[in-house]
Amino acid sequence: MQKSLHLDPNKCTGCLQCEMACAWENYRSFTVAKSRIKVFSFHHEGRFVPYTCTQCDEAWCMTACPVDAIRLDTVTGAKIVLEPTCVGCKVCTIACPFGTINYVAQTGKVQKCDLCGGEPACARACPTGAITYVDADWTGLGKMRQWAGKTDTNPATV
Amino acid sequence: MAWTKNLLRVNLEAGTCTTEPLNLQWAQDYLGQRGLATKYLVSEIDPKVDPFSPKNKLIFVTGPLTGTMAATGGRYSVVTKGPLTGAIACSNSGGYFGAELKFAGWDMVIFEGASPKPVYLLITDGKAELVDAAHLWGKTVWETEELIKAHHQDPQIRVASIGRAGENRVLYAAIVNDLHRAAGRSGVGAVMGSKNLKAVAVRGTRTDAYHLADPDAFFAATEAGKKVLAANGVTGQGLPTYGTQVLMNVINELGALPTRNHREVQFEGAMAIGGEAMHEKRATDGKANLVTNGACFGCTIACGRISRMDPGHFSVKDKPQYHGASGGVEYEAAWALGAANGVNDLEALTYANFLCNEDGFDPITFGATVGAAMELYEMGVLTEQEVGFKLPFGSTEGMVKLAELTAKGEGFGKVMGLGSKRLCTKYGHPELSMTVKSQEFPAYDGRALQGMGLAYATNNRGACHLRGYMVSPEVLGIPVKMEPQATEGKPAMLKAFQDLTAVVDSAGICLFTTFAWGLQDIQPQIQAACEGDWSEERLLLVGERIWNLEREFNLAAGFTAKDDNLPPRLMKEPAQTGPQKGAVSKLDVMLPEYYQLRGWTPEGVPTAETRSRLGV
Repeated sequence: MQKSLHLDPNKCTGCLQCEMACAWENYRSFTVAKSRIKVFSFHHEGRFVPYTCTQCDEAWCMTACPVDAIRLDTVTGAKIVLEPTCVGCKVCTIACPFGTINYVAQTGKVQKCDLCGGEPACARACPTGAITYVDADWTGLGKMRQWAGKTDTNPATV
Repeated sequence: MAWTKNLLRVNLEAGTCTTEPLNLQWAQDYLGQRGLATKYLVSEIDPKVDPFSPKNKLIFVTGPLTGTMAATGGRYSVVTKGPLTGAIACSNSGGYFGAELKFAGWDMVIFEGASPKPVYLLITDGKAELVDAAHLWGKTVWETEELIKAHHQDPQIRVASIGRAGENRVLYAAIVNDLHRAAGRSGVGAVMGSKNLKAVAVRGTRTDAYHLADPDAFFAATEAGKKVLAANGVTGQGLPTYGTQVLMNVINELGALPTRNHREVQFEGAMAIGGEAMHEKRATDGKANLVTNGACFGCTIACGRISRMDPGHFSVKDKPQYHGASGGVEYEAAWALGAANGVNDLEALTYANFLCNEDGFDPITFGATVGAAMELYEMGVLTEQEVGFKLPFGSTEGMVKLAELTAKGEGFGKVMGLGSKRLCTKYGHPELSMTVKSQEFPAYDGRALQGMGLAYATNNRGACHLRGYMVSPEVLGIPVKMEPQATEGKPAMLKAFQDLTAVVDSAGICLFTTFAWGLQDIQPQIQAACEGDWSEERLLLVGERIWNLEREFNLAAGFTAKDDNLPPRLMKEPAQTGPQKGAVSKLDVMLPEYYQLRGWTPEGVPTAETRSRLGV
């Protein structure tokens, strides 16, 4: 079963535990500037929104890459950057509609979420359940359940 | 080791920024943040220096857990000689700024001298430079953050700055970071203003800034710590739901909510300004004041209140800049802006609180000063002519106008900016200032809670609730239940709390963790992060050493045992209502025992034996 990261802004408090977990997983550092998942704060609306790669099936980053440096992990469904192959041309960053693949000046390569090989550190670190790792076929299940709970089909009360 | 081992020394007069290695011996003796910066300050300035003299120094400092996954590991402190009290001042803040400073590769920044013209410090990883701030002078904190980010074309810069209150040397001006997180108390923002330093802006991307002594043990310890916080009723449920405002009705019912400048201990309007009220839908627009709760860096509690005002409220009707969400009232602010002066309008409190954040001043001292001004007004000592408008207890309009005037430094706001001690002294009634060492009490009555009274009286930075939070045992029963009026065992409990708090403040984590965490939860996190042996016994010794070092600074600055006192109202005027009816502070019973437990003489001076035991 393939799984997807499920991000729920309504549960996010902006603590950045996910960003630290991501940075640690990839850089052995808590420096959130290196994180592949990013929490945005919309201050005037009082909203915190975690955001990262959606792992598109027809990934534009993968299609656009001129050197085939982005490959599909057939088990997790993640699109993975092969660092030795990447030439840092940044075409993928232009192709991605969501901005979730980014150039890293330090390495001269691009980086993006790779689902940590199937055990995403961000989901594990999130204290509020704003980031969960769920069945990819049922990413809408929580929302569906919420709406289902509001449905009243009892004829006696209609 | 979880220190970057680098400190940045900024000479504002010469305009230079130099790197120095951190004194690692001092880090072993004082851990970090509050303790370590105090050691630097005490070693580098004359305790008798005028707080606004260029010879006073201002230190921004992080702890060894700042910028780590330890729950609440995002704290930084600002340490200086405070202008409100003349005592050592150490003000602690959350948000994201502290962690960013660490990621840039610095444990602390020491500012010395004063700049001839307004500047701000820009830190980009290992590089630091002073930038001209002429165009930012006169701007609010909110404007300053936006302008700095726009100027450097980097929305990811974190900013700590002062508003007009700091520029105008309001004696309780704050340093505000991330728009509504503040090093709020003791006037650290005014010292920053006196140095012509508008802001510190940081962008940190270094991955090699520091490393952990034992990463595996660190992860295990922080995971365990997070579980303890999540399972605890206060940190797992109460604080996320109601924030610190969970306390308003509890403290009021206990008869410990100081009201109308401490004349009373219960407020009939408490229900209207507490945590529950922030959740309720307003009659005017059907929306609740509270939008959501928000966390500081790394915090799994997320007690922060994010609020949105009723745009039709008289105070903001024509001011769209206040119609968005921002940092809402926390308990201390709601008490000071509300109960302390008899105002029960939640929207007005939110507005005044926005102003405190926007222009950087401490809502506790400000609100308490409003309470004192209202009492002077009711006595006829302060006149309408003098103030410019009517100012009886409960005047929402009066409180709001004073907040606006104080922010701008106009009219009677100039007098308000001096705090209640100087205000009451100016009008011939110093006894009506509800202060210790010239700093205003926070939201607990020192008569109703005997231990809190002792905590206020003995605090090194003046009255404050954050250095020995006796509310825990006296109200919440943490770690054991102590009756509010009992005195037995209180001095010993307070000493233990004060020492433990010094450790928590020095580690880089938030005091609120201690609702759930004991030293046994904190010690493994410090041990795994830092090199060296950090046993519980050693940590408590470090805490005691910090407390005594602060004390030595104050004694050298001219404070004596006479300053470990409470205003006559708390000693002589009994509580009139509620469960603590008839109570006055029994400070005279507790203080001698406290001195003895501290290893101090009856005059409050550490004995030679205590000094040598602690190496202070």
